[in-house]
Amino acid sequence: MSNWVEVGAVDDIPRLGSRVLQTADGDVAIFRAADDTIFALRDSCPHKDGPLSQGIVHGYTVTCPLHNWKISLESGEAQGPDEGCTGRYEVKVDSGRISVELK
Amino acid sequence: MKEKLVLVGNGMAGVRTLEELLKIAPEKYDITVFGAEPYGNYNRILLSPVLAGEKTIDEIMLNDRQWYEENNITLHTGKKIVNVDRKARKVIADDGSEASYDRLLLATGSNPFIIPVPGHDKTGVIGFRDIHDVDTMLECAKSHKSAVVIGGGLLGLEAANGLMLQGMTVTVVHLMDTLMERQMDPVSGDMLKLELETKGLNFLMEAQTAEILGGDRVSGVRFKDGSEISADLVVMAAGIRPNIELAERIGLHAERGIIVNDTMQTFDPKIYSVGECVQHRGETYGLVAPLFEQARVCANHLAEYGIGLYEGSVTSTKLKVTGVDLFSAGDFIGNESTEEIVMKDAANGVYKKLILKDNKISGAVMYGDTVDGAWYFQLLRDQTDVSDFRASLMFGQAHLGDSGHSGENAAAAMSDEMEVCGCNGVTKGCVVKAITNEGLFTLDEVRAHTKASASCGSCTGLVEQLLASTVGDYSASTKATPMCKCTDHCHDTVRAAIKDNHLISIQAVREHLEWREPDGCAACRPALNFYVLAAWPAEAVDDPQSRFVNERVHANIQKDGSYSVVPRMWGGLTTPNELRAIADVADKFEVPMVKVTGGQRIDLFGIKKEDLPAVWSDLNDAGMVSGHAYGKTLRTVKTCVGSEWCRFGTQDSTGLGVQLEKLTWGSNMPHKFKIAVSGCPRNCAEATIKDFGVVCVDSGYELHVAGNGGIKVRATDLLCKVKTEEEVKEYCGAFIQLYREEAHYLDRTAPWIERVGLSYVKEKVVDDAASRQMLNERFIESQKYSQSDPWAERVSGKSAPNEFTPLKVIPG
Repeated sequence: MSNWVEVGAVDDIPRLGSRVLQTADGDVAIFRAADDTIFALRDSCPHKDGPLSQGIVHGYTVTCPLHNWKISLESGEAQGPDEGCTGRYEVKVDSGRISVELK
Repeated sequence: MKEKLVLVGNGMAGVRTLEELLKIAPEKYDITVFGAEPYGNYNRILLSPVLAGEKTIDEIMLNDRQWYEENNITLHTGKKIVNVDRKARKVIADDGSEASYDRLLLATGSNPFIIPVPGHDKTGVIGFRDIHDVDTMLECAKSHKSAVVIGGGLLGLEAANGLMLQGMTVTVVHLMDTLMERQMDPVSGDMLKLELETKGLNFLMEAQTAEILGGDRVSGVRFKDGSEISADLVVMAAGIRPNIELAERIGLHAERGIIVNDTMQTFDPKIYSVGECVQHRGETYGLVAPLFEQARVCANHLAEYGIGLYEGSVTSTKLKVTGVDLFSAGDFIGNESTEEIVMKDAANGVYKKLILKDNKISGAVMYGDTVDGAWYFQLLRDQTDVSDFRASLMFGQAHLGDSGHSGENAAAAMSDEMEVCGCNGVTKGCVVKAITNEGLFTLDEVRAHTKASASCGSCTGLVEQLLASTVGDYSASTKATPMCKCTDHCHDTVRAAIKDNHLISIQAVREHLEWREPDGCAACRPALNFYVLAAWPAEAVDDPQSRFVNERVHANIQKDGSYSVVPRMWGGLTTPNELRAIADVADKFEVPMVKVTGGQRIDLFGIKKEDLPAVWSDLNDAGMVSGHAYGKTLRTVKTCVGSEWCRFGTQDSTGLGVQLEKLTWGSNMPHKFKIAVSGCPRNCAEATIKDFGVVCVDSGYELHVAGNGGIKVRATDLLCKVKTEEEVKEYCGAFIQLYREEAHYLDRTAPWIERVGLSYVKEKVVDDAASRQMLNERFIESQKYSQSDPWAERVSGKSAPNEFTPLKVIPG
């Protein structure tokens, strides 16, 4: 069963930045890339649960603020030799409004 | 249709070139590889550990057959190219098969030099070059007793050590009176000989081989002086010769090696060459670091990018004999125009010699304690003037002791279980395993795979030593290290471009300097943001998304994602009202921990991000502002009580501390910056381990700079002595401004001053009054734009408030 929730406007998130969606199952980080593509990941690094929403966004990647792991915004997978994966959520944008499919 | 590239020689240099090429132009060529050996590409340097029984062949494979398949490379193993038709552009193998090319890459490597004495072709006389040689030796060790190794150089000693570990009685025969005379001076050579003798090796020095004795199979060796020694196996390790057989046959210009220019192109513009077969500017190379530098340049030109020149290499050497630490680089013998600094402690097995020419290191030999080898090598490559620290040079970079790895300084002597990296709990065994199993060659790769030295970096020297002793040689980063993977430009080039071209945004910098990644990365963005702000304080606009989270939200992120908050207390002074306000905040927001910091401030831990603006608002109301305990900026000015109260105090150290803090707070800097003011030479404020420290004396103020109390304890250097508080402030402003304008981002003052030299800083800040004044004026000017309390800005809503509130809350 799908559970799409509208969470806000693209312009509510700074470019190359992130905002948090608080849910009963924990925080979801919503990212906005330079080209305005929106991504949603569980706000928790696979390494030591660092809040990815606080990291620096570059390309379709975010660098975790705790220990500099690089996480793909598209897949949630850690890059390079690091191994691990954080949960990702489907996102759609309609007329500048963001919806996220919660699980 | 794709162009065709043929590689002749399936070894480390050639395949590394392919790897570099695939990284930058994966679709450009159809690639075919011919290798005479029946394997994929393996790490030839690690044959010694295989012979010693410390590794297996599988462990030293760099590229297995699957790698070739995945990259659509046609691989022919066991086929030797015997001819090249340069007109028709095709290569011909010994089995008659052919392949045509548009570009040809020759990486034929080298052959062991077999001394042409009578009997050199008997069974049981071999070189030490490939897997086949190692197999022969291992097989022989099973059934035979005694071995003779001819050649007491790097290769010979490694072969001898391996054969001994396989149970053979081994005698090393050397023509010269010093072992490894191309890497060692007589003293260290003798120390090495002694140590290897205690391990069980025998040596015949100054012995010239005259004949190999025996029937079909070798039975002994006769020397020029008529003496004989019996042997079941003779390993010729008297050097290598570039393999130019093919090049000569096809009429390609070669002398000792195949001649190439700075783009690794031979005299036939369709043919490139890299590796040990190459002669470049009169030099041939047999170590891995130069070959990889050649590979990078060659790949760049094969991809037709046309940037990057190979301009030769300075090399360093390590011996891969377990438990033996030695290091050498450059010209370590010296001559009448050089000077030497020597330290010898024979009982402890430590010997170090540095050769200096015009106050620059031109060579180094180290035995026993080699942890500073990489540092000396860097100083040598960079040709750094060492006159400012010449007196302490011999004691190494960390002469006051590094923290975090128990003072270990002999990497090879450590056991596998011993911890190298105290931050990430990485053992020596872990690092060595990653280097061999993953085929790592650089410090960056080791950091990425193991995390060793990737946090505080204090064990970098040890990790570099492990890398060097495992892969055999190692080049520290080149003089102009690129800023990050997004660009080839180094920090200094970028800073100069920002100034010369009036670049006032990080976007403009990336466009002007043609960054590879349009957004940059987490390493270069904060640096660029600082550089444009430092260069153009009035015009550049701060980019919050390019700041580390702590600077963006003006608090320190903690491991659980909460934050800590430190209000400013000028000079470490506070009042009952401030303390009450802090207590009230701690109560109101249920702060789990309140702690006094090392810099004489109060830290509130465990504050939720969304509470930060309210916490600041309450602290602001009591007159307090951000303490910037999170930033690359002035952290604190630590003071002792001084002449106002202390019976020893000579000046008003607290008052001066407050003035300095008011002067310098808020400034953007390359890294955090700490100041202290002590009221007398008892130095209770510990001013001599700060970035800028003032020690008051009866006649005025001593100014000390570039101290550091952290990872590497470094006492300050004395900058100068001044008479008045006004002077203290002017010198302080000027020093900070010079640091802001010239240091690399994330350089503390200590490494910066070690790089540029104290004399240089004195020249700009002390000797030249006009320069000092101008620096200080630029500092005061830039402070106009940075001294606004970021907390108040957030509280008043001047800056984006939404960072602190969730985008949306979905109740469960």
